[in-house]
Amino acid sequence: MKTLPSVDVVIVGGGWTGLLMAKELGSRTALSVVVLERGGPRDSADYPADMDELDYAIRLRMMQNASRETVTLRHNPGQRALPLRQFGSFLPGAGVGGAGEHWAGVFPRMLPDCFLLLSRAIEKYGAEKLPEDHAIQDWGVTYDELEPYYSRAELLLGISGKAGNLRGKRIEGGNIFEGWRSAEYPTPPTKIPYFSAMFHDAAKSLGYHPFPAPAATTSQTYTNPDGVPRGGCTYCGFCERFGCMIGAKAQPTNTLLPVIQKLKNVSIRTGAQVRRIVRDTVQNKGRVRGVTCVDASGQEIFQPAELVFLASWTLNNTRLLLLSKIGEPYDPATNSGTVGRNLTHQVSLPAATLFFDRPLNRFMGSGASGITVSDFNGDVFDHSGLHFLRGGNLHGASGGNRPIANFGTMPQSVKSNWGSEWKSKALYYYDRTGRISFEAEHLAYKGNYMDLDPSYKDHLGDPLLRLTLDWRDNERKLADFGTAKAIEIGRVMGAKEVTPFPGLRNYDATRYQSTHIQGGTIMGTSPERSALNPYLQHWQISNLFILGASSFPQNSASNPTPTILALAYRTADAILDRYVKHPGPLA
Amino acid sequence: MMICYRAMRRREFLTLSAASVGGVLVYSLDREVFRLSAHADQSIRIPLRFFSEPEALIVAAASSRIFPSDEAGPGAREAGVAVYIDRQLAGPWGRDLHRYTQGPFEENAPAEFGYQGEATPRQIYRQGLKELKGFDGLEPAEQDLKLKQIETSLFFVLLRQNTIEGMFCDPMHGGNIDMVGWQLIGFPGPRMSNYDDVEKHFGEAFRPKPVSLRQATGRKVRPSEDLE
Repeated sequence: MKTLPSVDVVIVGGGWTGLLMAKELGSRTALSVVVLERGGPRDSADYPADMDELDYAIRLRMMQNASRETVTLRHNPGQRALPLRQFGSFLPGAGVGGAGEHWAGVFPRMLPDCFLLLSRAIEKYGAEKLPEDHAIQDWGVTYDELEPYYSRAELLLGISGKAGNLRGKRIEGGNIFEGWRSAEYPTPPTKIPYFSAMFHDAAKSLGYHPFPAPAATTSQTYTNPDGVPRGGCTYCGFCERFGCMIGAKAQPTNTLLPVIQKLKNVSIRTGAQVRRIVRDTVQNKGRVRGVTCVDASGQEIFQPAELVFLASWTLNNTRLLLLSKIGEPYDPATNSGTVGRNLTHQVSLPAATLFFDRPLNRFMGSGASGITVSDFNGDVFDHSGLHFLRGGNLHGASGGNRPIANFGTMPQSVKSNWGSEWKSKALYYYDRTGRISFEAEHLAYKGNYMDLDPSYKDHLGDPLLRLTLDWRDNERKLADFGTAKAIEIGRVMGAKEVTPFPGLRNYDATRYQSTHIQGGTIMGTSPERSALNPYLQHWQISNLFILGASSFPQNSASNPTPTILALAYRTADAILDRYVKHPGPLA
Repeated sequence: MMICYRAMRRREFLTLSAASVGGVLVYSLDREVFRLSAHADQSIRIPLRFFSEPEALIVAAASSRIFPSDEAGPGAREAGVAVYIDRQLAGPWGRDLHRYTQGPFEENAPAEFGYQGEATPRQIYRQGLKELKGFDGLEPAEQDLKLKQIETSLFFVLLRQNTIEGMFCDPMHGGNIDMVGWQLIGFPGPRMSNYDDVEKHFGEAFRPKPVSLRQATGRKVRPSEDLE
């Protein structure tokens, strides 16, 4: 194995959090920083050539290649896990920018009570209202502490939206249920396509409080505090699963990379797959001393470093800790150990598919240009008479209507699925169909967790990560509740026929839900039940930090990226203000 | 609108009459598709990458029962679906280069775990086509009967999905010739800007003329089936 010259900082993964940390440390200090990215380089100037539904949205050309590495899944510990032979319910990214290149760009903050979920739920409803095998925890950080970092993240990306709570003042037209904001969004809301406008009017007429979804597809030309400019969205309808052809969608390559490329002390090595984090000697057991990786030519390399960041997405962060034997693997039987616990996947469903008698022109839009209704989110509504906790957001989005994925969506009254009759109905309904989606919280349970698979291996011979994951009654009831609300709004929108979501059964790895998977290396208030302290620093190993949604104790109905970036900013500040002067535990 | 598939010797070709692919198809706002010109005396020979010529004839016949050419407009024949599928099977998708293919295989796993079988799309097609021998010589009604019998097979599910792909993919993949599929449904392709239109045309069809990726970018883009 070849040993490279030591660096101050090594960052595993070149996505949103890895590159944000590289930019912050690289531009605010003289530390030498190396980012190891297992995928290839990316140039956002190439993205116009990616506007091909087949190669990108269907064949998943930007995503992790499942033939090299995937995960296995089982619904409970009694089953033998099977590999996900192709990705479906979530789509891990690969390459510089990671999944941040092909996201939709919906950018909501979490509700303040998400961070105190356990204590608030007990306070309000009593411990007996919590599901029997729940593993819900408080985060160890509050919304008030995170607010300035949320604002910084919104400025970095130029988020478009309308505030609904400015320093406690409620503003109609924005999200009046959101936590307080210190400032208005950096750019005004995006344009609202026809379907979303209908959704807005129907929701409003029912007494709900619709608002334009906060969007990283910026509504107009914008220059961020780092001086990086971007153009405004043109509503081409090629967002999620694609890089943005004009760079209106904030991506790591068009917000962070332009700054990093000018820094002499930061380098990004692509094609470098990290296999282990290397522990220090027994005398120095509270430290790691670098990482080993395989480079693009297949050579094994040791990269020594003073400070190690894992920023390689939820699943790989967890897997690297398990492979490196850092921390105690979680054991659901005894509820002990920390690595792998609290696996969650945001509940996301097409709550109501609506069929109209008029064309909707749904090819126009963007992944984030739409309307949200938050009246049924979190604890915004009272749950006393309900048999579930928490809630979710309803969206009436127009993210484009790409035909391979959408042609053939029909009301249940149509029975054929090929031939002349099918064709004529499918032609009729193709642009007369819209969806109201419901994105809801997934609570943490003792039985949903990750460990290493005993039989399936990756292309290098390392064990795959095994997910033990299934829905519980809380998610199933919540999904039914959101479906009923979506149908109510859909009827008022004038839909001629409505297909309700059939309900959550077992976790389905084939239906795309979201790439919002959390947990495995969670943050928290105690080293017995969490791997990281509230600064995302490993409780026992003070020179190891873990960034990204693997740190979330549980899911929130809000998409994770804003919170991931806010937490990473907070960690960067803590490192620069305190750790570099006095290396050691921050909490 | 008929396509003539002619048997070739030695190298495998699929021969399409110009009437199916040579004319210019125009899409009008009321979803009527009409052709401006066609030169019936010309024909186009397309070299096959994966199928034998008899196999391609079966795929062409079967895909056009799934998505027929009829009074509602053109179908799989005009879009060149058979050519599209041939190229996909020859490329990385057909060879499972992006699918996890290490065993053991649990062929009878519940549907929510996705396809768990060992066979690649190429193998599934080869096997499925063997069972459809002579299919292209049958009358349409007999063909439909035959397809009904295999409707739930993995081969048919793939064929149906690939037919939809071949109807609506970018023309660089070999299907959707002349953007005939996009014109049929009013999809404009990779249209660079809808900025001035996204908040207009409420309740009425807005159908800008489709553009291919090559037209939109002004350069030739290589599809993934040509890369690996």
